[in-house]
Amino acid sequence: MRLVARLVKRLSPSFTVDLSLAADTGITILFGASGSGKTTVLRCLAGLTRPDTGRISVGDRVLFDGESGTSLRVSERRIGFVFQQLALFPHMTVAQNIGYGLDGLARDERRDRVTAVAESFRIAGLLDRRPNQVSGGERQRAALARALVTDPALLLLDEPLSALDYTIQLRIMDDLRRWNEARRIPVLYVTHSHREAFALGEHLIALEAGRIMAAGSPHEVLDSPAHAALASLAGFENLFEARVIARQERAGTMQCLLAGSTTEIEVPLGTADAGQTIHVAIRAGDILLATQEPVGISARNTWPATVVDFVMRGSMVVATLETDVRFIVHLTPGGAEALELRAGGRLWLIIKTYSCRVAVG
Amino acid sequence: MDWQAIWLTVKLASLVSAILLVVSLPLAHWITFSRRRWTFLVESVVSLPLVLPPTVLGFYLLLLMGTRSPAGRLWTEWTGHSLAFTFEGLVIASVLYSLPFAVQPVAAAFAQIDPTLREASAMLGASTFRTFLRIVLPLSIEGVVAGVVLSFAHTVGEFGVVLMVGGNLPGVTRTVSIAIYDQVQALHYGDANRTALALLAFSFVVLLGVYGLRRRPWAATPLA
Repeated sequence: MRLVARLVKRLSPSFTVDLSLAADTGITILFGASGSGKTTVLRCLAGLTRPDTGRISVGDRVLFDGESGTSLRVSERRIGFVFQQLALFPHMTVAQNIGYGLDGLARDERRDRVTAVAESFRIAGLLDRRPNQVSGGERQRAALARALVTDPALLLLDEPLSALDYTIQLRIMDDLRRWNEARRIPVLYVTHSHREAFALGEHLIALEAGRIMAAGSPHEVLDSPAHAALASLAGFENLFEARVIARQERAGTMQCLLAGSTTEIEVPLGTADAGQTIHVAIRAGDILLATQEPVGISARNTWPATVVDFVMRGSMVVATLETDVRFIVHLTPGGAEALELRAGGRLWLIIKTYSCRVAVG
Repeated sequence: MDWQAIWLTVKLASLVSAILLVVSLPLAHWITFSRRRWTFLVESVVSLPLVLPPTVLGFYLLLLMGTRSPAGRLWTEWTGHSLAFTFEGLVIASVLYSLPFAVQPVAAAFAQIDPTLREASAMLGASTFRTFLRIVLPLSIEGVVAGVVLSFAHTVGEFGVVLMVGGNLPGVTRTVSIAIYDQVQALHYGDANRTALALLAFSFVVLLGVYGLRRRPWAATPLA
């Protein structure tokens, strides 16, 4: 089964969702910042929002065709939708919620199917409870089970797991994957979290301002983001504008000057010419710190810097250091202790050339 | 105690609130969920009895029911008698007069339902009607009950419209509030007091029920 969609939906004079996408069996991540049009895409596919024009098909069923005026009703599309707020019916038990879409079936068959899907999603023991009597993770499982029990041809998930603990997210998605091995339907998963995107998706479509910016595996798209907007979303804490000063073709590097500073940085060779402006993205966890000037080291970018401040975030220390630009650095509490990290202290910043990702735009 | 008037009043109010229940559910559904721009027009018309003096409403209804209006003539040809000063006429007038008291609490209850619940129901294959029966109605049952109770109570308490449209015919259009008026006019203060006290107690109990059911912060009117 394959979802193929072309959509145009004008949301405001300055914002139009305009894209073509395809999703095969398996989990496809629809990735983008809030306001990039992800939810609009899902709602158009589901029939909850009518596109201005376009065409949507799942397998050989046409759900919407702007030219012929075809538009199947929401209730006829056979699409499972898990809302961000889950939308479990509060006045029904978990079993009644799951069985809601099985209206046409005989009671025995309905009960059997509810029990089967509840077992697949490990909520068989909660069937008699109300949604407000089970945990957040169990609610997500109930919402997934409810959407899947009707054997939809396509499953749409609108950030349903973002409120959950990471390990619980992974377990739920494992159960979903296992369930889908037999069904083999396309699953479109909307998120703005790069962690979820890496962990859950086989394929990723990055959205920005209503258009597709990049597509590929999560690693292809997010590890070497082609656009600056994508880089910050992909979790690159350090994102600088820079001008290419010189290209060293033989060394495979470029020398760049970070905008508004005198800090020169060496980055991998890209397609940009000397004089052109690019973006340099560096993960905070890829930056090393040292108390003394490093010698005999392969890393090409080393600068003395001043510690501006640092805070503990969970089991991680987030430090801000300044040369004449500011860098965010992540390190372990043990590392911070070894460095005797303190505000105003002097340290050396060390960044490998290959830790610097080059993005345009 | 004028038992005939009490029986008539209960009959009238029961009939009116039953009709209003049937009318207000689809009307409130349409007002709340329709995407049309002119729902506000219907809302305004429905709410008119809230601000109009009952005499104004009664006056126009009387004109409408009279033999000079096409509608009045049609009714007279069909049934052989005029609507004015009959129990049927009183029912129609009361339905219109109490309409906002039924529609507003129901519409307010509908509006409080999370829209994604209705969308989720549609995504699971349910028709609008099934969504209404299984999701909208159960989740707004308080508002529906409030609407029925309020329209019942409001009909019991009406005076001006009854007087204009129904007059004062014992057993046909003389309701409790008209009976009290009569008793006072006839200087039977003891009788008037007993009937009035009964009406007061009844209204208080009804409101106790409505507010007790809602269990929400106090509002000046139980409507919104």
